[in-house]
Amino acid sequence: MGKKKITPYAVISMILLVLVALVFIFPFYRIMTGAFNDPTNVWKAELFPSKLTMQNFVRLFKQPAWKWLYNSVFIALVSMILVCGTASLAGYALAKKRFFGQKIVFTLFICAMALPKQVVLVPLVRIMSTFGIYDNVWAVILPTVGWPFGVFLMKQFSETIPTEMLEAARIDGAGELRTFWSVVFPVVKPGVGALAIFTFINTWNDYFLQLVMLTSTENLTIALGIARLQSADVIEYGPLIAGAALAAIPIVTIFICFQKYFTQGITMGAVKG
Amino acid sequence: MGQSNPAAAPQKSLSHVLQRRETTVAYLFLLPALLFFAAFVIVPMIMGVVTSLFNYTMKSPVSAESFVGLGNYIELFKDKVFLRSMWNTVVIVVVSVPAVTFFSLWVGSAIYQKTGWIRSFFRGVFYLPVVTGSVTVVVVWKWMFDFQRGIFNWALKSSGLIEKNINWLGDQKVAIWCILLILFTTSVGQPIVLYVAALGNVDQSQVEAAQVDGATKLQTFWQIKWPAIKPTTLYVLVITTINSFQCFALIQLLTSGGPSNSTSTVMYYLYRNAFSLYRYGYANAMGVILAIIIAIFSALQFKTMNTGVEY
Repeated sequence: MGKKKITPYAVISMILLVLVALVFIFPFYRIMTGAFNDPTNVWKAELFPSKLTMQNFVRLFKQPAWKWLYNSVFIALVSMILVCGTASLAGYALAKKRFFGQKIVFTLFICAMALPKQVVLVPLVRIMSTFGIYDNVWAVILPTVGWPFGVFLMKQFSETIPTEMLEAARIDGAGELRTFWSVVFPVVKPGVGALAIFTFINTWNDYFLQLVMLTSTENLTIALGIARLQSADVIEYGPLIAGAALAAIPIVTIFICFQKYFTQGITMGAVKG
Repeated sequence: MGQSNPAAAPQKSLSHVLQRRETTVAYLFLLPALLFFAAFVIVPMIMGVVTSLFNYTMKSPVSAESFVGLGNYIELFKDKVFLRSMWNTVVIVVVSVPAVTFFSLWVGSAIYQKTGWIRSFFRGVFYLPVVTGSVTVVVVWKWMFDFQRGIFNWALKSSGLIEKNINWLGDQKVAIWCILLILFTTSVGQPIVLYVAALGNVDQSQVEAAQVDGATKLQTFWQIKWPAIKPTTLYVLVITTINSFQCFALIQLLTSGGPSNSTSTVMYYLYRNAFSLYRYGYANAMGVILAIIIAIFSALQFKTMNTGVEY
């Protein structure tokens, strides 16, 4: 064991890594500083804003940006709750029950996951119109819940439930729901945490689905609202940049706080060899 | 299907009644997920395939008169814009998949043995563009790429590297590379997380044994680490391919496919047909083709990665 020898290769690779990391951070840094800079300085190449103001935000909030933010939070939160609920029930059944048709159901879930989500969007719009919820937050929430990734993730986690624990609960006379709630759920809780944060971030950022489902100004999400500002004929860069920062701040904060769960979700979701 | 039943084995044969009860209970647990899955994935998928056979537009609904068989598919292969979009999509996939895979493997190898916070820091940094979302990413890049006043042209000009401003997003030859660059920054996050996890799981005793035997770093990598991370590499290849094929938000927000369709992709052209030209059937035919291509690519990658040492 002991300390490793520092090779020239390691030094060069570390320097390179730091440089590339800077390239990745720079756009984020630029947008955060730009948002609080004076609107007249938008095009200046300053590394540090010469003047800190809230002017850009004041102008941004002439748009219904709070409503957009609220819609984004609502969609992400409700999708997260519904995904976690349906997926943990289904994942448990797929992992721990032996039933007729199990293989078919599971294969169907897996195959759907490999297909590009976007190809079903056009018919989905049709379905939402039939349900009368086109241009409504539920038109974004429902398809998100239908996507089988969560089921797959929760199946992986549910494999770790010791069968003896389930047997013991059965012998003690616990019903199915009770067993789920007091035996299964505590074991898969870390998985639910990972899935929750993963769903929240991905739903927040699912631009395409939001774009095709939501149209009226007050129903937009924050990302859509900003996209619309950006495609205006005359782009007002100050409020636009403030909006872009506003769209990023909540989700980046959540990511930083729950990074551990999030990375866990990604690794567990990968097909294991 | 109920025959090979490992759970039932210790209890000899589970009685029929019990087995039927187990099946009912399992489906009750599955019911909410299955309902959503059927209504919002399976049904639209079938609808998409079926309507791709119709000249289904805003004005003409799906009916006997609008049935065109494979007409939409035949038209696609004569449609210059579609072919151009397909070409661009293939270029994006061919450039970005190897670049993303190599880069994330490099970053993964460079950070997986570092102390906890350094590893988390770099993992977080490379994931940052994914988390901030495509809209924010596009706003900031477009601002920096601006022809007249953008920071890139300013920096290049004031350092004397260029004399005339580069029209980053307006030049047919340059625009696609700008998109590839931005796509790259939004694609490496997940593969890096996966590689860090996979490399961390490589049996360290084997690595040390190889080093004691005098193996070079490169030999250790190919002999021990590479076989162990092969499933991860396969997964990375598949998800990056799928993501690159679906490149949409960047195109729509950055260039709207222009100049003169030089950055249009299949996904973007599909969107245009469905939501601004209202040619639903035609758009769905495109979706079906895209799905088939992605399925073939994924299958091919599974095949090529599986030849070689299996254990």
